[in-house]
Amino acid sequence: MSEGHEAGGWIGRSAARVEDHVLLRGGARFLDDIVMPDLAEATFVRSPLAHGLIRSINCEAARALPGVHAVYVFADLRRVLMQDYIPQALPAGGLRFDVDPPCLAIDEVCYVGEPVAMVVATSRRIAEDAAALVELDIEALPVLVDPVEGLQQGAPKVRLSCPDNLVARTKVDYGDVEGAFEGAAHVVREQFRLNKGGGHPMELRGVVARHDEITDQLTLWNSTQMPHRAKALLVASLGLAEHQVRVVTPEVGGGFGTKAVFHPEELAVPAAALLLKRPIKWVEDRFESFTASSGEREQIWTVEGAFDADGRLRGIRGTLVYDHGAATPYGIALPFNAATNLIGPYILPAYRMLIDLCLTNKTPAAPTRGAGRPQGTFVMERLLDRMALQLGLARDEIRRRNMIAPAQMPYTIPVKQRDGSLMVYDSGDYPQCQVMALKAAGWEDFPQRQKEARKQGRFIGLGLANYVEATGRGPFESVSISVGPSGQVIVSSGATAQGQGVKTMLAQVVAQVLGVAPETIHVVVGDTSATPAGLGAYASRQAVTAGNAAFAAATLLANKAKIAASELLEAAVDDLVIRDGVVEVKGVPGHGKSLTQIARALAGTPGFALPGNLPPGLSAASDFMTSGLSYTNGCHLAEVEVDPDTGGVKILRYVVVHDCGRMINPMMVEGQILGGVIHGIGMTLFEWMRYDREGQPLTVTLADYLLPTSDVVPRLEILHLESPTPLNPLGVKGAAESGTIGAPATIISAIEDALRPLDIRVSQLPLTPPQLRRLIRAAQASEMVA
Amino acid sequence: MKAPPFRYHAPEDLASAVALLAQYENARVLAGGQSLMPMMNLRVAGPDHLIDLGRIADLRGIEETPQGLRIGAMVTQRALEKSELVARACPLLSEAVTHVGHQQTRNRGTLGGSLCHLDPGAELPVAAAALDAVLHVVGPARARDIAFADFPLDYLTSSLAPGEMLVHVTFPRADRRSGAAFLEFNRRPADFAIVSVAVTLTLGAEGVITQATIAIGGVSHAPVRLAQVENSLMGARADEAAFAGAAALAALTPCDGDEVYPADYRQELCGVLVRRALVIAAARAGGPAHV
Repeated sequence: MSEGHEAGGWIGRSAARVEDHVLLRGGARFLDDIVMPDLAEATFVRSPLAHGLIRSINCEAARALPGVHAVYVFADLRRVLMQDYIPQALPAGGLRFDVDPPCLAIDEVCYVGEPVAMVVATSRRIAEDAAALVELDIEALPVLVDPVEGLQQGAPKVRLSCPDNLVARTKVDYGDVEGAFEGAAHVVREQFRLNKGGGHPMELRGVVARHDEITDQLTLWNSTQMPHRAKALLVASLGLAEHQVRVVTPEVGGGFGTKAVFHPEELAVPAAALLLKRPIKWVEDRFESFTASSGEREQIWTVEGAFDADGRLRGIRGTLVYDHGAATPYGIALPFNAATNLIGPYILPAYRMLIDLCLTNKTPAAPTRGAGRPQGTFVMERLLDRMALQLGLARDEIRRRNMIAPAQMPYTIPVKQRDGSLMVYDSGDYPQCQVMALKAAGWEDFPQRQKEARKQGRFIGLGLANYVEATGRGPFESVSISVGPSGQVIVSSGATAQGQGVKTMLAQVVAQVLGVAPETIHVVVGDTSATPAGLGAYASRQAVTAGNAAFAAATLLANKAKIAASELLEAAVDDLVIRDGVVEVKGVPGHGKSLTQIARALAGTPGFALPGNLPPGLSAASDFMTSGLSYTNGCHLAEVEVDPDTGGVKILRYVVVHDCGRMINPMMVEGQILGGVIHGIGMTLFEWMRYDREGQPLTVTLADYLLPTSDVVPRLEILHLESPTPLNPLGVKGAAESGTIGAPATIISAIEDALRPLDIRVSQLPLTPPQLRRLIRAAQASEMVA
Repeated sequence: MKAPPFRYHAPEDLASAVALLAQYENARVLAGGQSLMPMMNLRVAGPDHLIDLGRIADLRGIEETPQGLRIGAMVTQRALEKSELVARACPLLSEAVTHVGHQQTRNRGTLGGSLCHLDPGAELPVAAAALDAVLHVVGPARARDIAFADFPLDYLTSSLAPGEMLVHVTFPRADRRSGAAFLEFNRRPADFAIVSVAVTLTLGAEGVITQATIAIGGVSHAPVRLAQVENSLMGARADEAAFAGAAALAALTPCDGDEVYPADYRQELCGVLVRRALVIAAARAGGPAHV
């Protein structure tokens, strides 16, 4: 970066968020705020059975209800669809067959909540009244709920059309695994069952579809993380020309992965709007979201770790069974993330994890914040705690002995990723990160405090975990910037905002280069018309990809402004700097041209030449193409108190030391970490999407599915390291999911520590009080026998 | 999540409310709406007529009477929580109500709504059971009193006859020498209780227990009074041994169980919470703080 760009000083500042004056004062427009004349509302009739064949759907009574515009089944929508299924499969090695869902069930239903019919009425209320009148006749088929059972001979088939339930088989495999175990001084073996959860944003999914007959354009307002992908799927599914489809994302009240994957309703609603020739809104309600929206996290691990006599890892091997639900909307990324993230900040010489992905009669699996990684980290950190206990080593010491040293960076792991490249840790100081965290949490003094608490009958424990997160997944994101004759700076990007502060992030980067205040910059995100190409929000990527694209585009624009100004000021380009939106001669304050003046000059005047014969317009665009993933890392410590009589757990303190490279806005990074940790607390102690043996969901309200409330979340203490990545000019890494990844391993480590000397081994998430009581009883019983 | 169609009525006085309730088939009274409205939106409940009691001033008072505190059915949980009169005359009720939902829901939720809805995890019915509250109800033909012990019939079902509604509830004044405690265990502070315990103890000379009531919630369709445990404490010294014995007996309470909270776990909680609540109640009754 040149000196002039540094002058803004906006990068690294906890600037007030530019979106907040709208969001906090009730001025934001979310999906449900969109109204327009003749807007109809839709609701879906969903399968009450986890598996069955549709014999008939009788819509007569529903259609006859006053206020109902239409009731559609698949055959009705098929008239405007190019094919039966939504062509959304992602390329993935190991996938044995794709299971793309239709937008309404065709003849087989494969999970409770699968959309079967769609009612469009003058209001949602009437639509729901009519939906209750739709008569479904479904012949029940055998149901498969447990993925381990699903892989056994003779298991019921989740989908009659699939050869079996093993939808994919893949592995992570490198090094001499057999040798590692043959020569091992110690081997620890564990099994883990990590249960299903979900993203559960405050605002759920929703779409408004309108076909404009004048322009022959279909607009879909969509509360999504990936509008460009939604557009591509609409173009392919509806057979429209690209210019005829526009997807716009209004303000979004949280995504957390739930809104990354394209869901059937996102096609059914626009298809219905085309048929009905009327705009239609559908807003998911909380009750339906539990079965209509994707979730994930269900993994069953059987794993063993081989160690040297001094606690150094020699190898890990095992199997991982993944519950994929009833379709594969997102390839096989999630268990692969889990298996590779297991490695973490440690030297693992040999590793083999065999991964089986099983279909089940449950809502299809797709990313939930962390996207598989918290589970892999959980498994590794539990193995390290076990080994430390067995060897009589301190938990921090076994980690220190196994950590990758900063001098080893960049550190290559011979695992091929989705894009074919090897895993390369780009930067970071893992040992120092742990040192800082131990110090902040009072690790050294803790045994004394623990002893004193025990005397008062209190059981407190301290847990720790280290992890990495692959962030900034490519292949690209694009940003264009223009300064019009009005002087307004407009930044457009394929990035999307879900409340995390993407607009502020982009504005700060541009402000840094142009020397204007971020709040004066207009940022347009989530509109396929504003940015022709884009990918959106997933894999903690937008600061890396869009942030660097914004930086490059702003730099191009600044250079163009300087060339124009050099002409207008009759000064050499090298003598110019940009300060407060004015290009001025170095050392001569006041002698300059504002970006507004330059923009006016570059807008052209009839008959006159443009300054410096530059191409017209003060604008620039850039795409940032990633050259690899940048690895964020962190160390978490949690102090908990366990009530051994009830199995209750209270988190007393939570410390995070976090390294996501250079921070654009530390306040927003900390917001991401806080939110991420809260999702991790949920995953560890509360959130559990349960089903009975018939595939009936048991937790479909927020009274039954427990989210962590502010009552159970401690104040976070967050410290930072900044190890800039060499992989992008800003040196930034992602921060969106990292908090979630470290939390389960940390909290469980603390719970086990609180109950020592009882040998409690938690092998299931979430850990409920009755389960903890059971473990305590069993440990007490075995201690009495001993 | 939209309620099925219904007609809304907002009577201004009790007589009109009773008349409306008698007049219409499939009518429900609406108190604070903290349970009924979600049930309607989930289409679990579908009354054709909803009679909102919110405008009836007579249902909102808290008064001292010779029989005890008379509290109107529409007194909000937040008003109970903030009432100094309730804190003085009926401290168990004051303590129990702080465990009900969130402050925001307590602003709407009412005493009568909670007692009549009878959620198995609700706190106020447990307090009412421990305190032998008396419910005053009116119907089209007559008014009558129902002892709380006779009020719950089944899961979410009270002994209110068709057309009857709760007007107010009388809670006996706490004895000067008594102490009370309300404890519950749940996953998050605002949730319904997995198990809750309400205890009152009166101590006589030299810390001898002259009166004990123990009610448990969350273990069955309605609160359970542990008469056997209460009897075991009568005449005993309020000490650790007595409370341990009471806890052991309480842990034998028959409990309903489910996949997440099995019966044996709830039984453990009964024992743990009864012991802890007795210790606190004894201390509040003037006994040793740490027995």
